[in-house]
Amino acid sequence: MTESAIKPRSPGGFWTEFCQHPVAVAAACVVIAVTLLAIFAPLIAPQNPYDLAGLALRDARRPPGFVGIGGYTHILGTDSQGRDLFSAILYGLRISLQMGLLAGAVAFSIGALVGSAAAYIGGRVEAFVMRLVDLQLSFPAILLAFVVAALLGQGKFQLIIALTFSQYAYFVRTAHGAASAECNKDYVEAALSIPMSGWFVVTRHILPNTLPPLIVVATVQVASAISLEATLSFLGVGLPPTEPSLGMLISGGFQYLLSGRYWISIYPGIALIVLVMAINIVGDQVREQLNPRLKK
Amino acid sequence: MVAFIVRRMWQALLVIIVMSMLVFYGVFVIGNPIDVLISPDATQEIRQQIITQYGLDLPIWQQYLHFMNALIHGDLGRSFVYNMPVVELIASRFPATMELATMAILLASAIGIPLGIYAGYRPNGWPSKAIMAASILGFSVPTFWIGLMMIMVFAVELGVLPAGGRGEAVSIFGIPWSFPTATGLQHLILPAANLSLFKMSMMIRLAASGTREIMLTDTIKFARAAGIDEFTILRRHVLRLISIPLVTVFGLELGSTIAFAVVTETIFSWPGLGKLIIDSITSLDRPVMIAYLMMVSLLFITINLAVDLAYAVLDPRMRQGDGK
Repeated sequence: MTESAIKPRSPGGFWTEFCQHPVAVAAACVVIAVTLLAIFAPLIAPQNPYDLAGLALRDARRPPGFVGIGGYTHILGTDSQGRDLFSAILYGLRISLQMGLLAGAVAFSIGALVGSAAAYIGGRVEAFVMRLVDLQLSFPAILLAFVVAALLGQGKFQLIIALTFSQYAYFVRTAHGAASAECNKDYVEAALSIPMSGWFVVTRHILPNTLPPLIVVATVQVASAISLEATLSFLGVGLPPTEPSLGMLISGGFQYLLSGRYWISIYPGIALIVLVMAINIVGDQVREQLNPRLKK
Repeated sequence: MVAFIVRRMWQALLVIIVMSMLVFYGVFVIGNPIDVLISPDATQEIRQQIITQYGLDLPIWQQYLHFMNALIHGDLGRSFVYNMPVVELIASRFPATMELATMAILLASAIGIPLGIYAGYRPNGWPSKAIMAASILGFSVPTFWIGLMMIMVFAVELGVLPAGGRGEAVSIFGIPWSFPTATGLQHLILPAANLSLFKMSMMIRLAASGTREIMLTDTIKFARAAGIDEFTILRRHVLRLISIPLVTVFGLELGSTIAFAVVTETIFSWPGLGKLIIDSITSLDRPVMIAYLMMVSLLFITINLAVDLAYAVLDPRMRQGDGK
């Protein structure tokens, strides 16, 4: 198990090393900047894209730089309903980030708890849970998410279930790997002999020690949840069209691509890629620093 | 070894049965197929007749048993929408998806593995950094968006490749294949490249990290000390050791490529299984959904089994003992 070998070092050393990699630092800045843009979208965006009264169909599908009825320049053009694309992207980022983080957080909690509990309990329960997880991991996440989303129908809540369902297994396996290494250590035995309850030992002692590898998995999983959400919305089984995420925006522009109106699909796509890529680069660097097998 | 195979087969069978129950129940809770099947102005008798004909009035466990009984006899029911046997419907779409997936995997391995080994062999050179950066790009950019970009660049702007469809197909042993014809190949390039990008990034990263770890081991130090040249070391030692995770990925990816094809097929209007399942979900065509999901699970279970057995052949440690 690679994960079990991962050890946190002092937080100070971690940041110093992280700062020596300019690409990773730049990526981290991008993640922070995009998150801030998404949080403050209502203050930054020139238009509220959900306010149907503020939209004019006359302004639909205009190229970047067009000055619309609202009196401001649509720097990225407008979409098929006359929405300012820049505003729509900011609001879309908000939804995409929200979905990714929520699904990631739920999957993280379930995975951490189930994984470390399985490692602690051991025996048949452990074998059964891990067999189930292995089985699920052998199915591609996109297929699971697609099927669950299709079965449950459109909606934010349904989408989070679908994303969580397709991702929790990664967390279970990682937590299990890290926790089974911890379970054999003397401090666990010492804690149990005091005696402390099993639940207390799992949540207070084993869980915190499984966090570093879980955090690495979490960065990658949040990025993949965001991109999964976009894909599902693109296929029409994700979010309802009333609250367009980035995937919906791209999907809405697809039909205009062939007639040369490239901006409707391209700009939301670029926003999505920049976000997902920045998260992945940060995650990659963190993993690199936490993997002792590469430190020789 | 025999005990290991028998136990894995038994497990696989159990999983298939559990899977079929889950799929059947899952699909059962989605929507009411009666509304799709029967027009609202049908008389009460016709309505009742159709419900009885399809067995929709029975309790779910009875419907499941009927379904399983038919399944064992090779009958997956008739599509509500196409009004033809599901087996025929899937068989008619399968070659297109298979062709696309195989092409994508071949592309991904042929390009990804050599690049990955190189990147792991010289991790600090700029070409390796570029390869690794490109692989992050391949991971991060959603498949569907790359597909759109490909259509925009190659079909709309340059006009050199078709934007969708399958092109001319020739029949080999009664199955239509499109790769031997010129138009068929033209239609195949973009979707196959699109589908392969994600796998390619994965192959690059796996091969690179595997190579990097192996290059630090004593095996390599001793091989070098013995005077074996670098290329032979890469081919004989590194490639062999990284082949274990690669075979897993290769096997699993063939399945996931078929699953991912849902996205690529939608974008490029490729007439394969992916488009069929999307259409069947929107039209609540239950027999097709169940059959597709069952087929995909069966495929994955078979692939897992094959990968486990391949492991046993490749890795002597697994052959001894009980294999786990």
